[in-house]
Amino acid sequence: MTALAEGVAGSGSVAPETPVRRGRRGSGAWRYAVLAVLGVYFVVPIAASVWFTIRERDGVSLETYAAIPGAEGFAEAITRSLAIAGLTVVIALVLMVPTVVLVNLRLPRLRTTVELLTLMPLVLPPIALVVGVRSVLAWAPDYFFGTPLAEAFFALQKPSLPWILVFVYVILALPFVYRALDAGVRGADLRTLTEAARNLGASWPRVLVSVVLPVLKTSVLNAAFLTLALVMGEYTIAVILGFETFPTWIVVISGSAPQLSVAVSVLSLVITWLLLLLISALDRRRGTKETS
Amino acid sequence: MLVVLGALPFFLYVAIFLLLPIGVLAVESFRATDPVTFEETWSTASIQAITEGPYRRAYLGSLQLSLITAVLGAVLGLALAVAVLRARRGLLLRRLVLTASGVLANFGGIPLAFAFLATIGSAGVVTALLTDTLGIGLGGFSLFSMAGLALVYLYFLIPLMVLTIIPALEALRPQWREASDNLGASGWQYWRHVGGPVLAPPVIGATMLLFASAFAAYATADALVGASVPLVTLQIANALSGDVVVGSENRGKALALGMVVLVGLVMVFYAWVQRRTQRWLA
Repeated sequence: MTALAEGVAGSGSVAPETPVRRGRRGSGAWRYAVLAVLGVYFVVPIAASVWFTIRERDGVSLETYAAIPGAEGFAEAITRSLAIAGLTVVIALVLMVPTVVLVNLRLPRLRTTVELLTLMPLVLPPIALVVGVRSVLAWAPDYFFGTPLAEAFFALQKPSLPWILVFVYVILALPFVYRALDAGVRGADLRTLTEAARNLGASWPRVLVSVVLPVLKTSVLNAAFLTLALVMGEYTIAVILGFETFPTWIVVISGSAPQLSVAVSVLSLVITWLLLLLISALDRRRGTKETS
Repeated sequence: MLVVLGALPFFLYVAIFLLLPIGVLAVESFRATDPVTFEETWSTASIQAITEGPYRRAYLGSLQLSLITAVLGAVLGLALAVAVLRARRGLLLRRLVLTASGVLANFGGIPLAFAFLATIGSAGVVTALLTDTLGIGLGGFSLFSMAGLALVYLYFLIPLMVLTIIPALEALRPQWREASDNLGASGWQYWRHVGGPVLAPPVIGATMLLFASAFAAYATADALVGASVPLVTLQIANALSGDVVVGSENRGKALALGMVVLVGLVMVFYAWVQRRTQRWLA
């Protein structure tokens, strides 16, 4: 394609007529129309939600927001969700950092398989996955009752801290964690660094801790934030398995306190926004460091 | 040899928490529990059941909703991406739209549903504005319908489209445009013969991704419409909730398996499209 373009540009025998871009001058109008219509579409629900939560009979007040921390069940739900998110981040990283490094440095043959498996959760409907998980969990009372395996199954489903959610959320986070880490490994010249460390006598675990992790710091943070955002918003799996997390709590209170549920929704949007701004700030810092 | 062991935890984990549940789904969809003796047998009853009546309607409803929202989201997202990339003094605008897309593509589920409830739900701010202040009403529009869901889904599908299609738009080399301009091609001819064919595979790929997300969406629909709109995800949740007849659990599994198969078909098509892309953008 480029060769063709260059060939044409180089053929001076054709009298180069000044390009007249017909229809280009008038094409600004549709652009502004698109921007205006979509701008309204995206701003109105947020503005309306904010207004919905702060209007009172006489003027505005922030009472609804002040009432969030003390709302019934809030502290419990948010603590549980944060605990689940933290555990998910740790397990996802412990699982994926060595895998991504190995696949990039030592096992390139496995790359396609690993990539395919990590991308699956992106398109697989979570509700289908959770129906499958439920079926597996049902084996405990149906087939294994009284065995240690059944005990382990039940231990996974403690309502106070449902470990099964952690394990399934790790699967849901795989696409984001893999891609963030893979980009980091490819961006840094990890092969040279690890070879140098190995030549100096470092063991593989040692290389992982003192060379790979420091190099991947921003990617690791990136992956952690994306996973955090995912877990704090996940509803389908928690509700089908019957656990109460932050999103299911919002739905529970919406019946009795509609203003409160909207306020919490607005707040979670703001927090997602801040998290992603933090990620892009990190990315930009890394970008400038590499070019300098 | 030891190196391969290092990748073992990953494969074990994926096998247990991803492949096993899906495999179990595929097997247990073909099991049936006798309502009297509770004996389990092999049967295609569940699979047959989900192709009929309300389940068939649910599949058609889900497919229709995801198809319409995916195409609309793709067209509008593409238009937005082109408009932003072409803006002359648009660095700030571009940055704003990109960050906002990143946030809003992640802003699905429950909070989104409540934001729209506060906007055009029955007690919504815009509803009140249109009916009480302007006196024109919503013109028959209801948030708790297929059209209402489509309006809400587009809120995260358009940003998702912008995010996925911008790299492809940036890969369109300006030289191609210049070359076609120099040869006297009009804007339309450029898009018909150069830009269009190059962009088509990534656009189709992104549309598939939008389709898959709309098809899988459950939280928003559950919070907004309950069971009043025929959607597979809602039917699955319905079939699993305890207070129903024996065998509905298996029907839930069959419905979920049906979703996996449909998404799988879409992905096979996607892989085929991708293979064609690489020929162009390598």
